[in-house]
Amino acid sequence: MTYSQAILGGDRLALARLLTQVENDVPESRTALIELFPHTGKAHLIGVTGAPGTGKSSLVNQLALYYRKTKEKRVAIIAVDPSSPFTGGAVLGDRVRMRDLSGDTGVFIRSMATRGSLGGLAQSTANMAQVFDAAGFDIVIIETVGAGQSEVDVARLAHTTLVVEAPGLGDDIQAIKAGILEIADILVINKSDRPGVENTEKALKSMLELAHPTERVFQHHGQSMRTAAPRQDSSSAPMWIPPIQRTVATEGKGIAELAESIALHVAYLTQSGGWGLRERARLEVELEALIREKLLNRFREDVPQKRYDEILEKVIQRNISPWEAVRMLIDK
Amino acid sequence: MTEKKIRVLVAKPGLDGHDRGAKVVARALRDAGMEVIYTGLRQTPEMIAEAALQEDVDVVGLSILSGAHMALTPRVMELLKANGQSHVKVFIGGIIPDEDLLRLKEMGVTGVFGPGASTEDIIRDVQMAVAG
Ligand code: B12
Ligand SMILES: Nc1nc2c(ncn2[C@@H]2O[C@H](COP(=O)(O)OP(=O)(O)OP(=O)(O)O)[C@@H](O)[C@H]2O)c(=O)[nH]1
Ligand SMILES: [Mg+2]
Repeated sequence: MTYSQAILGGDRLALARLLTQVENDVPESRTALIELFPHTGKAHLIGVTGAPGTGKSSLVNQLALYYRKTKEKRVAIIAVDPSSPFTGGAVLGDRVRMRDLSGDTGVFIRSMATRGSLGGLAQSTANMAQVFDAAGFDIVIIETVGAGQSEVDVARLAHTTLVVEAPGLGDDIQAIKAGILEIADILVINKSDRPGVENTEKALKSMLELAHPTERVFQHHGQSMRTAAPRQDSSSAPMWIPPIQRTVATEGKGIAELAESIALHVAYLTQSGGWGLRERARLEVELEALIREKLLNRFREDVPQKRYDEILEKVIQRNISPWEAVRMLIDK
Repeated sequence: MTEKKIRVLVAKPGLDGHDRGAKVVARALRDAGMEVIYTGLRQTPEMIAEAALQEDVDVVGLSILSGAHMALTPRVMELLKANGQSHVKVFIGGIIPDEDLLRLKEMGVTGVFGPGASTEDIIRDVQMAVAG
């Protein structure tokens, strides 16, 4: 039996092993991804991002519990933590906050290190999410530390992105980066049992007013492309303005309301055509990346290493420019 | 294609709250380039086996300073086997009396480390066990 057959049949060990292969991008994983692709496109991808320690894992734990208990949805979680840039190793600690979910076969938690890959993180996370999607998980939650571009790219995979803030992270305006607000569909103020909630909410509100989410940024042909958010006859359905939700993840407070916001966002995406737009953007980026990889491989096969090195050396000596080098290497 | 990383689950089974050793070992393995999934305190053998499966780890490390190792270890070994993960190497650390060493080895435990064990030795043994 192949991996994909086993996974479609509900084999959890096969699922775990394929996730490893996909993460390591071994050639065999491609075969399985091809076979699983027709079974994808059903799951709701939820991104959860925010500064370290804001309570993302605790929140994911509560959300997953909520979806299990009240909606009977199957939930997969991809919890991403940074790799050490010096040793390449990582301590992945998000499971510590998710112990309530163990013993439930309707939940599958997978920890993942960023591995410092240049743009590769978004791709492997996307592929892992597809595997969960095919395996029949209704909801795939992706937790990332909202620090750098790669995390923003990961958040863009999601249909719904939650940006988690917490009061008392020093200067509120400093902590809330405009870039991260741009990707937020829902703003969560977690730890709202702590002093300073009012200030955080005020700061978020004024940032929101500045940000005016009238357009969305998608990666297109490797560049950011701004797409006007789909408009509808303004009388019936208004634009999506990211709501601000207060939660106390450690006590499960505000979780039902947060889930309600998420459901409203899904309804909005479905009605406005935004769902299709996001799927389209995501698949286009994926196709683009695969084409680039293939062309690069073909180029490497076509052009002998020796010739490549010679021309590179000429560029380094400033005998020819990189543009001329490309002409010589590709147009021949 | 990226290089395969050694994935290790470090868990604290039972009610034992001594977590310094587990954290020291987790960090040492990270600094040796491994990906360490840390589960935190109060894990049942069932929780540990489930995490080992979901994370597809190469190694499970149990840190036990409560004296309950002879009850907890066999259960973890059984569950790993039942889940199809008999290839996973199991290491134990903490307060383990010498007279239990042989029986732990017979259960299939790969390595046992007590107080004062050097992290270099732990790293080397883990790397060797995974290399096979
Ligand atoms: C510090 C300490 C505490 C601290 C713990 C703080 C914490 N968060 O960890 C506090 C004060 C809270 C504490 C409390 C208790 N403690 Co205490 N504690 C110790 C002490 C002095 C040192 C432990 C330690 O942190 N060592 C430093 C770390 C780095 O070493 P380590 O854990 O041994 O880890 C090394 C190796 O064992 C190995 N290793 C460990 N884990 C792993 C995992 C893997 C995968 C690998 C490969 C290797 C490995 O590598 C590490 C590096 O060398 C020991 C005595 C001792 N000398 O060991 C007693 C000791 C462990 N405690 C003991 C007891 C009885 C208790 C209490 C029950 C006391 C009481 N009556 O209240 C409570 C129980 C607390 C609880 N909830 O479990 C006894 C246990 C007796 C037994 N098992 O038979 C000991 C042995 C003291 C004694 N001689 O009686 N304790
Ligand atoms: N007071 C309070 N503490 C909370 C709340 N939510 C989480 N915490 C605590 O905040 C700490 C960090 O929580 P995590 O859930 O691990 O946060 P995280 O954002 O996932 O952290 P990283 O993954 O390390 O970035 C833990 O000690 C939690 O118990 C909350 O609503 N109120
Ligand atoms: Mg976390």
